Amino acid sequence: MPDSGVGDRLARREDKRFLTGKGRYTDDINRHGQAYAYFLRSPVAHARLKSVDTAAAESAPGVIAVFTGKDMEADGVGSLPCGWVVTDRHGNPHKAPPHFPLVRDKARYVGDHVAMVIAESLGQAKDAADLIELDFEELPAVVDIMKARGSGQIHDDAPENLCYDWELGDSAAVDEAFAKAAHVTKLDLVNNRLVPNAMEPRAAIGEWDPGTEEYTVYSTSQNPHLLRLILCAFVLNLPESKVRVIAPDVGGGFGSKIFAYAEETACTWASKKIGGRPVKWTADRGEAFLSDAHGRDHVTHCELALDADGRFLGMKVDTTANMGAYLSSFATSVPTYLYATLLAGQYTTPVIYANVKAVFTNTAPVDAYRGAGRPEATYVVERLVEVEARETGKDPAELRRLNFIKPDQFPYQTPVALQYDIGDYEPSLDKALEMIDYKGFGQRKAESEAKGKLRGIGLSAYIEACGIAPSAVVGSLGAGVGLWESATVRFNATGTVSVMTGSHSHGQGHETTFAQVVAEKLGIPYDNVEIVHGDTGRIPMGMGTYGSRSLAVGGSAIVKACDKIIEKSKKIAAHLMEASEADIEFKDGQFTVAGTDKSKAMAEIAFTAYVPHNYPEGVEPGLDETAFYDPLNFTYPAGVHVAEVEIDPDTGITTIADWVAVDDFGNVINPLIVEGQVHGGIAQGVGQALIENTVYDRETGQLLTGSYMDYAMPRADNFPSFRVETTVSACTHNPLGVKGCGEAGAIAAPAALMNAITDALGVEIDMPATPEKVWRAAQSRLQQAAE
Amino acid sequence: MYDFNYHRPSSLEEAAKILAGAEEGIPLAGGHTLLPTLKQRLAQPSDVVDLSGIAELKGISEAGNAVVVGAMTPHAEVNRSQVVRSRIPALAHMASDIGDSQVRHRGTIGGSIANADPSADYPAAVVGLAATVKTNKREIAGDDFFTGLFETALEEHELVVSVSFPVPEKAGYAKFANPASRYPMVGVMVAKAADGVRVAVTGAGPSVFRWTEAEQALASNWSADAIAGLSHSPDGLNSDIHASAEYRAHLIGVMAKRALAAAG
Repeated sequence: MPDSGVGDRLARREDKRFLTGKGRYTDDINRHGQAYAYFLRSPVAHARLKSVDTAAAESAPGVIAVFTGKDMEADGVGSLPCGWVVTDRHGNPHKAPPHFPLVRDKARYVGDHVAMVIAESLGQAKDAADLIELDFEELPAVVDIMKARGSGQIHDDAPENLCYDWELGDSAAVDEAFAKAAHVTKLDLVNNRLVPNAMEPRAAIGEWDPGTEEYTVYSTSQNPHLLRLILCAFVLNLPESKVRVIAPDVGGGFGSKIFAYAEETACTWASKKIGGRPVKWTADRGEAFLSDAHGRDHVTHCELALDADGRFLGMKVDTTANMGAYLSSFATSVPTYLYATLLAGQYTTPVIYANVKAVFTNTAPVDAYRGAGRPEATYVVERLVEVEARETGKDPAELRRLNFIKPDQFPYQTPVALQYDIGDYEPSLDKALEMIDYKGFGQRKAESEAKGKLRGIGLSAYIEACGIAPSAVVGSLGAGVGLWESATVRFNATGTVSVMTGSHSHGQGHETTFAQVVAEKLGIPYDNVEIVHGDTGRIPMGMGTYGSRSLAVGGSAIVKACDKIIEKSKKIAAHLMEASEADIEFKDGQFTVAGTDKSKAMAEIAFTAYVPHNYPEGVEPGLDETAFYDPLNFTYPAGVHVAEVEIDPDTGITTIADWVAVDDFGNVINPLIVEGQVHGGIAQGVGQALIENTVYDRETGQLLTGSYMDYAMPRADNFPSFRVETTVSACTHNPLGVKGCGEAGAIAAPAALMNAITDALGVEIDMPATPEKVWRAAQSRLQQAAE
Repeated sequence: MYDFNYHRPSSLEEAAKILAGAEEGIPLAGGHTLLPTLKQRLAQPSDVVDLSGIAELKGISEAGNAVVVGAMTPHAEVNRSQVVRSRIPALAHMASDIGDSQVRHRGTIGGSIANADPSADYPAAVVGLAATVKTNKREIAGDDFFTGLFETALEEHELVVSVSFPVPEKAGYAKFANPASRYPMVGVMVAKAADGVRVAVTGAGPSVFRWTEAEQALASNWSADAIAGLSHSPDGLNSDIHASAEYRAHLIGVMAKRALAAAG
C-alpha cells in the first residue's frame, strides 16, 4: 500500500534542502581549474561598432583570453536560433535576423554582448574589461513599439523593424457580426513589460575535457536537452553525444530559463578555446535585469460586439508585440499561437479576428514569461467583458454566465483554432461569487465610502491552454521541436524506484508530486521513489518544463512507463505463482491470482527480475521501462478569480481587501503544492497589475528600472490572505486527468485586479495601477461627482 | 569591487588620522550605501575606514532635555531604545520603518545623515526635531547640516559623532514609501516644541526642507484643520518614473496631516 499517494497534502520533500541552504545551484558548483568569465556589455542601445580594441585587456593581470564576435565568427559559431517559425498573413516566414552570442557589427540593446573576458578571478576579468576600448557610432534608439515601424532600422533584413504581420480568424465574418451588433465595446490596452526576476540569477559553467573531447555544461536551464539541442545543432555544431547538460537545482525560471542565451553558449565554446579549463559565469542582479528575456509588452486595440440580449457576436483584436532587439528562442510563438488562440476565453463568441504585428526595438529580447501569451489574451477578453457589462448596465457575472460554453457543448471548437476537450465553468463562477459574498458587495462599498474610501470588485473568468501539443500540430504551425515528454521508471533490485523524467523542476515540486504518482500507481512506499531530473547524462531525452506541462505531459509519460512495469511484472508474477498471466490482478502493490489467496508483492517481483533464478522463459531480466508521451491535445484549465479592492483617494494606494480563486485543474495530485502554485501565480499577476513595470528611457534606450530600487516587486504586505478552491472536470485525454496549475494565477490575476480597480475608480487606467495613476483617476472621479 | 586598504581604528583620532593620510579615504558606517556602490564599481577609494570599532560612536543616552544617539547606532537600536520610545516616540517609530530588518540592524544614523540621500528618513528627524549634529570638530545645527543632494556641511574627513534630539512636546512622522525601494517618496516629520512648530519634508526634494507655511499655520492652531487648505508648490520637487513633482507636492499635504494625527 502506498503511504502517501494521489490527493495527499504532502509537504515538499525538496524543501528540506532548499530551506536549510543545502540546495546545489549552478553557482554552488566549482570545477577544478575553473576560470571566470565577464561579459562587456553595450553601454548604449544602438550603435555600429567600429572597433573593439582588446590589446590592453589581454595583457592585464590574470587574463586568460578576451574574445569578441570576430573570434566566434572565425571559429564558425552560429546564431542563436528562434525555434518557432511564424508564417505571416502573406504566407512568408517571419524575419529572423541573426542573433550572435557576441555581436559582430552592431550592438542592439543596452546589455548586448560586446566582448567576453576570461580571467583567473572575476575581479581580474572585470578589471580587464575596463581596459577594452570601444569605438562605436551611436545610432538613434528604437524604444516605443508604436513608433518602431517608422524608426531607424535595427536589422538589415527586417525592414520597418517588422518581424511579422500575422492574423488568425475570419476578418470578413467578424465585420459582418459587428454590423449586426446592438452594442460594441472598444478598449485600448497596454500589457506592461515585465522582468522575470527569478530568485536565482542565470549562471553557467562550460567545460571541455581534452581527453574525451566531451563538453559538460552546467546551466540554470528549465530544459537541459533543449539547450543541448540548440548548442549542438544550431550554434556550436557539436555532436549531441559529446555534450552533457546539467541543470541542477534551479531557483525559479518563470519561462526565462527556457531559452538558450549568449552566456552559456560562450562559456561552452570558450572552454575549448582556452584548452579545456572550465569557464564559469554567474549573472549579478543588474545583468539579470538587462539580459534575461523579458515578458509581455503588448499594445492592443480590441472590440467586442454583442446583441440586444447580451450575447457576444464577435471580437476584433489588433496587437503590436515587442520582440526586443533579437528573437529569443520561442519569442515568435508567444503573441501568436499562445495568445490569439485563447481569445475565445470561456465563451461562445462565434467569430474572432486577431491581427498581431511583432516589431523589433532596441530593448532586451522578449519571450515567454509565466503564462506566455495567455495572460495577455485573458487580459483582453476579461477587460472587454467587464467593460461591456458596465457600458450596457449588465451584471458582469451574469453577462459571463450567459456567454459561457455549456457543459454539453464539449468538445468545443473555438473560432481561433483550439478545440477544448472539457470544461464546466458555472460551478467555478458560483463558488467564487459565494466565497466573496458577491451579493454583499454593495454593503461593503457603502462602508468603505463612509470612511472616504473607494471600493471595487472585479472578476476574471480565464482559460489557458497547457501542455502545448500535439507534436504534429505544433509542427504544422511552425514549431521546430516536438512537444512530448519522456520517463524511465527503474526498479532497483531491493525495491526502491528511480524515476528519470524529462521534466525539470525549478520550484514546481516534481520530486514530491511525481513520487506520489508513482507510489500510488505501483503501490509502493512514497519514500522508496526517487525522482531524477535535469541531467542529460542521466535521463532520457526530454523537453523540459514550461507552459504548465510537467504533470499533464511528463506525468503521463511516467504513468505509461509504470504501466509497462506492471505489464512485465505480471508475467513474472504469473510464473512465480504458477498461474496464467491472464489471471493475474494488480492492486495496491500486490499481484494476486484471481480466485485464490496467492499473492506476490511488487518488491518481490522486482527482486526476482534482477535475481532471475526462477524466471519465466523468454522474459528479459530487469525491471526498467521507458515511455514517451505525446499528448492528443492541449489541456484547458479554467476558473474564476474575484478581486476586491479598497482605494485611498488621498494617496492613490490600492489595498487588496479580498481575493478568491476557484480553479479547475482537473484531478489534483498534491493540493498543497497546487495551492502554492496558485498563490505564487496570483502574486506575479498582482505584481504586473499593481506595481511592476519595465521602463526604458524613450530617447536613449537605457533601462531605467534596472534594480530593485526602481523595479517594484510585490511583497507579502501587498496581498491579503488568498482564498483558493478547486472544481474538477478531469482532462479527457491524459491518463491522470490533470490539466496543469503553474500559470493560472498569473493569467487570471491582472484582469481581475484591473477590473476591480477600474470599478472603484469609474475610469479606465492601464497597468500598472501605480499610486499616482490611481490618485489622478480618483481625483478626476471625485471632481466629476462633485460637479 | 576594486581593491582598497581596510582599517578598523578604535578611536576617532585614529580614524581622522588615517583618513587624512589616505589618498582617497572613505569612512564606513553601516555600509548600506557604500558597499553596494563599491560592489558595482561606482567608487574606487584607496582606503576604507570602518568606524565600528570606535566605542564613543555607539549608544543612546539622555542629556538634559535631549536624547543623544551615537553615530554608529543602528536603526533597530533606536527603535528598541526605552529612552527614545518614552521621550521621542516619533523617532522610535521612524527607525522601525527604515528599510527592512537586515537594514535596520546594520544601517546607522550617522551613516544615513552623512550620506544625505534625498530619500532617507532620518534627515526629516534631524531637521524636524531641531537636532544638533556633533562631529569630531564641532557642533552643527540640524537646519544647517543638509546642504543639497547628497551634500552636507561636513568638511572633508569630518566625522559625525552623535545626534542630539531635543525632546519635543509632540511629534509625529508619516511617510509614503516608494513601491520599489520603500524609501520615502515623501516623508513628513511634524513637531511641536517650546521654541515653535516644525514641519520637515524628506524624499520630495533634492534635500530635506521645512514647509514653513504649514509651520506657521500649526503654530497658531495645532490641528489638521489648520493645514487642510494648504498645498505645497510642486516647484523644485523631485520628479521621476515613480512620482511627478505635482503628486509629491500633494503627498506632502497628506503625509503632514497623517504625521499630525500620529503626533496627537
